[in-house]
Amino acid sequence: MSTTDRRPALAVGTEEPGQPVEGRSPWRLAWDRLRHDRVAVVCAVFIGLLVLVAVLAEPISMLVGYGPTQQDRTGGITTDGLPTPPSPHHLLGTDNLGRDILVRIVYGSQVSLLVGVGAAVAAVVIGVVVGLCAGYLGPAVDTVLARLMDVVLSFPFLLFAIALVTVAGPSELIEIAVIAFFSWAAVGRIVRGQTLAIREKEYVEAARSLGAGDVRIMFVDVLPNLVAPVIVYTTLLIPVSIVFEATLSYLGVGIIPPTPSWGNMISDSQNFYQVAWWFLVFPGLALVLTTLAFNLLGDSVRDALDPRTEFRGR
Amino acid sequence: MVRFLVRRLLTGILVIWLISVIVFGLYFVAPHNVATLLLGKFAAQDQQLVASVTHQLGLDQPIRVQYGHFVVRLLHGDLGYSYYSHQPVTTLLAQALPVTASLAIGAAIIWVTLGVLIGVLSATRPRSFLDRGATLFALTGLSFPTFVLGLLLLYFLFYRLHVAGVDFFPGGGYVPLTQDPWQWAVHLILPWITLAVATMAVYVRLTRGQLIETLGEDYIRTARAKGLRESRVTYRHGLRAALIPIATQFGIDVATLLGGVIVTEQVFGLNGLGRMSVQAVTNSDEPVIIAIVLLAAVFVVAANIVVDLLYAVLDPRIRLS
Repeated sequence: MSTTDRRPALAVGTEEPGQPVEGRSPWRLAWDRLRHDRVAVVCAVFIGLLVLVAVLAEPISMLVGYGPTQQDRTGGITTDGLPTPPSPHHLLGTDNLGRDILVRIVYGSQVSLLVGVGAAVAAVVIGVVVGLCAGYLGPAVDTVLARLMDVVLSFPFLLFAIALVTVAGPSELIEIAVIAFFSWAAVGRIVRGQTLAIREKEYVEAARSLGAGDVRIMFVDVLPNLVAPVIVYTTLLIPVSIVFEATLSYLGVGIIPPTPSWGNMISDSQNFYQVAWWFLVFPGLALVLTTLAFNLLGDSVRDALDPRTEFRGR
Repeated sequence: MVRFLVRRLLTGILVIWLISVIVFGLYFVAPHNVATLLLGKFAAQDQQLVASVTHQLGLDQPIRVQYGHFVVRLLHGDLGYSYYSHQPVTTLLAQALPVTASLAIGAAIIWVTLGVLIGVLSATRPRSFLDRGATLFALTGLSFPTFVLGLLLLYFLFYRLHVAGVDFFPGGGYVPLTQDPWQWAVHLILPWITLAVATMAVYVRLTRGQLIETLGEDYIRTARAKGLRESRVTYRHGLRAALIPIATQFGIDVATLLGGVIVTEQVFGLNGLGRMSVQAVTNSDEPVIIAIVLLAAVFVVAANIVVDLLYAVLDPRIRLS
């Protein structure tokens, strides 16, 4: 890759000519790149709003006037017992039991964010610790842990996740555990590869000659150099976990009805989508927009943290 | 080469064995009694019957012994009987396999060819309209959960067209290839698209990134300098080097494929392995679940060995050892 004709990444393009040159840390540079990335800002705002909606689910449902499992038997269901289309009473329509879809989507966002973020964070923590150990502690530990990661990665994971949830009984915590269990190995592999390279660096040798123990070197000298890929991976793992959760709920082994989750709403809609498009489209849209926002943000974060990326105000 | 194959086969068998132990173990911590389940209302009336059925199934023996019996039977090609339908598991697998194979192989062909092709087109025209379109498509495709995409396709291409008087796409179901090849394909178009789109997006991005990097190499300049046609430079010199990471990705995706198959079969009502496994889980039909998990593990391991062999074909510099 030729870099000769490129402007150095330092020239972020925000400073006026003639201003004194100001030293900026790599984190500051990454932050500046991210701030000027319009797509990233839009996605971050969307995710911020979503978090707000999830936190304020109860006030919102009081404002709308219906609870998440409350059945509106008078205006929320036709005389044939079918869902009613969007109207001033039910802005996004109702489902087959006369429940307000807007309120259920709002409550569903709690599940998606909780399980999605929880599972991604858990997977990253496990993956980082196992990856560090595999990469740092030498060939014997490495062989065992690398083989373990191979086994986890070659599991038919959705099938096994279904089996696991059925045995353990569905709940949010079990869902987080199952998703994390099948996601950490990918993180572990990346961290292991990077650690193998970093442990040979001079500064690690220096730390060791100063008498630092293995644990200290792993977490104080090696880990900070892995923060960038780990942040990127976490952002990209969240949408994967959200989809995973929705899939489990869709297949009937996730969140137990009547508690709303986007997955079980879409599953309920499968028998009614021909007469009630809103029943399928709105929860589907919520799910797609959320994963899209996290994916785009993750992409931008990767670009921003990569020192080779040129700054361009997209 | 032979040593490599032997070693890979041995580790492959180790992985499959580990998975079989885990799956087998999982079902013995399951909080239910198979005999009670099988006997239904008779169980409550007759405790002796429950005990005798448990004994008949060998479930009263220690788990070590049960696993031993299971392995011996497995090596004789006997996977036991379904608790639910009382048919041999091998018969059930044989019925479901053609459906899943049709779905998975067709989708894989679509995502690899289209994904690589779109990736090449956008890499050779960076920052063009087509490139931006492809990137947008890839990111959107990645964000569409399989079941949402499948249901939306059903709504628009089956139901809306059906209402409009066009009955081209069926609303689900499966027609065997041997019975009517045309209907087979028509019934599978929407499932193929559903299963392929998300994975295809990965290939578009991967091919584009790899190819852009490869096309900057010196040997590509040399190839152009000696007067080769641009298409030959792109496909023979450039793409060939980019194929290695694509092959790696394919190995990874095989494991993910089964997950997509489960959801796609559920959406389109195809009675393949995926749907069978979900039903087996709901019915606590352990012999069927264990068989499907093992079959899937064998498949994943085999696919990864094939991918490793492919490396040597794609890049003669790689020596398998």
